[in-house]
Amino acid sequence: MRLAGRVAAPVILLPVASAAVAQSIPSKFNLPPPVTPIGAQIYDLHNLMLIICLVIFVAVFGVMFWAVFRHRKSRGAVAANFHENTSVEIAWTIIPVFILLGMAWPATKTVLDMKNTADPDITIKATGYQWKWGYDYLQGEGQGIRFVSNLSTPRDQIEGAAPKGEHYLLEVDNPLVVPVGKRIRVLTTANDVIHSWWVPAFGVKQDAIPGFIRDAWFRADTEGVYRGNCAELCGRDHGFMPVEVHVVSQQAYTEWVARQLAAGAASDTGATAQGATPVPAAPTEGAAQSAPANAAPAGN
Amino acid sequence: MAAVTPDQLHDHHHGPTGLMRWITTTNHKDIGTMYLIFAFVMFLSGGVLALTIRAELFQPGLQIVQPEFFNQLTTMHGLVMIFGAIMPAFVGFANWQIPLMIGASDMAFARMNNWSFWLLPPAAILLIGSFFVPGGATAAGWTMYAPLSVQMGIGQDMAIFAVHIMGVSSIMGAINIVVTVLNMRAPGMKLMKMPLFCWAWLITAYLLIAVMPVLAGAVTMVLTDRHFGTSFFNAAGGGDPVMYQHIFWFFGHPEVYIMILPAFGIISHIIPTFARKPLFGYASMVYALAAIAILSFSVWAHHMFTTGMPAVGQLFFMYATMLIAVPTGVKVFNWTATMWRGSMSFEPPMLWAVGFILVFTIGGFTGLIVAVAPIDIQVQDTYYVVAHFHYVLVAGSLFALFGGAYYWLPKWTGHMPDERLGKIHFWCSMVFFNIAFFPMHFLGLAGMPRRIPDYALQFADFNMLATIGAFGFGLSQLIFIVVAVKCVRGGAKASARAWEGADGLEWTVPSPAPYHTFEEAPVVR
Repeated sequence: MRLAGRVAAPVILLPVASAAVAQSIPSKFNLPPPVTPIGAQIYDLHNLMLIICLVIFVAVFGVMFWAVFRHRKSRGAVAANFHENTSVEIAWTIIPVFILLGMAWPATKTVLDMKNTADPDITIKATGYQWKWGYDYLQGEGQGIRFVSNLSTPRDQIEGAAPKGEHYLLEVDNPLVVPVGKRIRVLTTANDVIHSWWVPAFGVKQDAIPGFIRDAWFRADTEGVYRGNCAELCGRDHGFMPVEVHVVSQQAYTEWVARQLAAGAASDTGATAQGATPVPAAPTEGAAQSAPANAAPAGN
Repeated sequence: MAAVTPDQLHDHHHGPTGLMRWITTTNHKDIGTMYLIFAFVMFLSGGVLALTIRAELFQPGLQIVQPEFFNQLTTMHGLVMIFGAIMPAFVGFANWQIPLMIGASDMAFARMNNWSFWLLPPAAILLIGSFFVPGGATAAGWTMYAPLSVQMGIGQDMAIFAVHIMGVSSIMGAINIVVTVLNMRAPGMKLMKMPLFCWAWLITAYLLIAVMPVLAGAVTMVLTDRHFGTSFFNAAGGGDPVMYQHIFWFFGHPEVYIMILPAFGIISHIIPTFARKPLFGYASMVYALAAIAILSFSVWAHHMFTTGMPAVGQLFFMYATMLIAVPTGVKVFNWTATMWRGSMSFEPPMLWAVGFILVFTIGGFTGLIVAVAPIDIQVQDTYYVVAHFHYVLVAGSLFALFGGAYYWLPKWTGHMPDERLGKIHFWCSMVFFNIAFFPMHFLGLAGMPRRIPDYALQFADFNMLATIGAFGFGLSQLIFIVVAVKCVRGGAKASARAWEGADGLEWTVPSPAPYHTFEEAPVVR
C-alpha cells in the first residue's frame, strides 16, 4: 500500500491542475466539464490515466522508433543475437503491476463513492419508454410530480427541411428540474427494453432495465442546463430520446414545484401533477408495464 | 489469394476437377484458400455496410437511410465482420500454415475440415439474406441484447441460426486445430519448440471450444423467448434481461481474444524475420498468451458496468481487466526488444507488423482506460468504445491478417507480392484508418452515443472527418485485390525461403507449396 500511495501521490496533484482547467474550458476533445463531485473525480481520473498512458506510449515507441531508424539493414546494421533475459522480463512484468496499482487506487475510491446512494434529498424515478423518458418525483421536495419528457426537436429539422437549432436532438418538452447542491437519487427502470439514463456532465450513466430498479446519484453544484442521451440501443428512435436536466436555485425549484403541484392536470404539455401522495409506479401514458417496477433497488 | 495453379497440381492431384474439386476437397491448402477468399468477400460486404453507416453520419440530420435501417446496418456490420470476416480469415491462416509449420501432411480431420468450411456459405446467405425478408435484418445490435432482440422480426431468427451454424463451424475448426497441433507435430518438435502462431492458435482453439457453446445457448434462449413462451430474459415471467448480457459476454470477452491471439502469433513471426534476429522471449510470449486467455474468462462484466452491479462486482471486474494489461505489455515489450539492435528491412509484411504494434497499442491503452469502472461509466456505449474496439480489431486483427497475407503469399502462390503496391496499401490504410477512427475518441468523450443515425451539431466536424477517413480506408482495401490477383498470376519467383530472415518448416518446402507436403515427416533438431 505504501508503494501504491507513493504512486498515487502525483495522482492527487494532477487533478487539481486539470480540474481548474476543466471548469473553464468546454472542450470538444475531452469529457464535458463536470458539475458534480463524481463527475469531477471521473474527469481527473481520465486525465491522470491519459497522461500515464501517453508517457508509457512515448517511452516504448521512442525505443521502437529509435530502433526502426537506426537498426536498419540499409544503414548497415548487423543483427545482434541476444534473447531471453530473466531480470528484464521480470522487471517489465512487475513494474506495470505497480503502475496499475497507482491507477486502481483512485478508481476504487470513485467506485465506492458512486455506489453510495444513501441519504438522498430527493428521489426521482426515471422510466425509459420507446422512445421517451418518464419522471416521477418519489420522495423529498416535489414528491408527487410526474411527467413525460419527449424530444422537442421538430421533424423538419431532422429531415433537413428546416435549419437545425442550437440544441438539435438534445432538447425536450418537459425537462427534469432539480435544485442545485442537493443529493438527487435517480432510480431507473424501463417499460419495454433496456435504456440508459445518461448525463455526461453529472458522471451518471445508469441502465434502465425493464422489471428491475437500479439507482445512481448526483449532486449538481452549478446551476445550468445539462443534456444527455439514451445510451443503450433501444430500437428505432434510440437516437431521439435525450435527457435534459435543469439545475436551478433552491428558490426557483420551490416555485417550480408549487407551480407543478398547483397546475395539476391543467397542463396541456403532457406534464401532469398529482396529489402529494406517492403513486405506485405506473406510466403516465397508456401502455401497460410489462412488469411491475416496484422491486427493491438492486445493486448495492 | 487463390492457391496453387492447376498445372502445378498434376503430379499429385487426381480428384475431381472444376467446382467439384473445391466442394469435395479435403486438402488443407484448398480449404485454407477457400476460407481466405470467403473471409475477404465478407470483409468487403461488411465494409459496404460500414460505408453506408458513415455516409449517413457524414452530416447531422437523416439523409440516406432511416433509423430502423441504420440499426440494421450497424448490427449486420458487426456480425458480418466478426463471424464472417475476421474469424474465418484466421481459420484460413490456420489451415494453410499450421500443417506447414509443424511438419504435418494435412489437418487431423480432413473431412471435418471440409465440412466446417462449407457450413459457412449457407450461414452467410442466411445472414445477408435477412436484409430481404419482411422487417429486414435484425436491428438489435450485434450483441443482440434481450429484450430488444425479442422484439425483432424474422431477420433475428435468421441471424440466430446463422450464428448457430457459424458456431458449429468454429467448434469443428477448433477441434481440428487442437488435435492437429497436439498429435501431428514432426518428431522432435516439442511443444516449447513450436512456432508461436501454432501456440496462439492452440490456445485460441481452446477458447473457441469453451465459449462458442455459451453463445449458442444465449441465442437459443432468445429464440425460445421469441417463439416458445419462455421467459429467460423477461422479468414479467421471472427472467432477467441482464442475465442475457452475462451469458453473452461470458462468450463475448474470450471472443475478443479469439480474434487477437492468432494476430499476436502472426506478428511474432514477422518481426523476427525482418529484424533478422530471434524473438526476444519465446517462453514469456507463450506464457503471456496463456495468461491472457485464462484472464479472459474472468473479465466479462466489464462490458456491463452501467447495468448497475454491486460495488464489489465492479471492483473485481475492474481489477481483473486491468491485469490483462500486464501480459499484453509483455508482448509489446518483447516485440520491441526483438527489433532492438536487429538488422531491419521494411517490406510490406514488416510495415504491417510495425503498424500493428503501434495502433494496436493505442487500442490497448484505451482498453486500460475503459477498464476503469468510473471512466467506463462515462464512455460506455459512446464512440470512445467504437474507437477502442476498432483500434484493436481493425488495426489489430485486420492489420495482422494483411501482414500475414503479404508474408505468406510467396509460399501460397510462388510469387512475391508487388512490393510497391503493398507499401501503398499499407500507408493508405494506416493514414485513413487513423483519420477515420482517431476522431471517434473525441466524439465519445464529448458525449456522442454509439448506434445513433443522427447526432447533435457539436459532433459534426469529427463525424465528417471520420467519414472521409472511412471511405479512404475502404477504397484502400481494393489495392489488396490487385496485389493478390497479380501475385497469383505472376511476378517475381519466390524461392523456398522467400524472405531472407525467415525461419521455420514452412520455408523448407518449395514455393508455391506443393499440393501435398511433408508426406514424410521432417525431423526437427
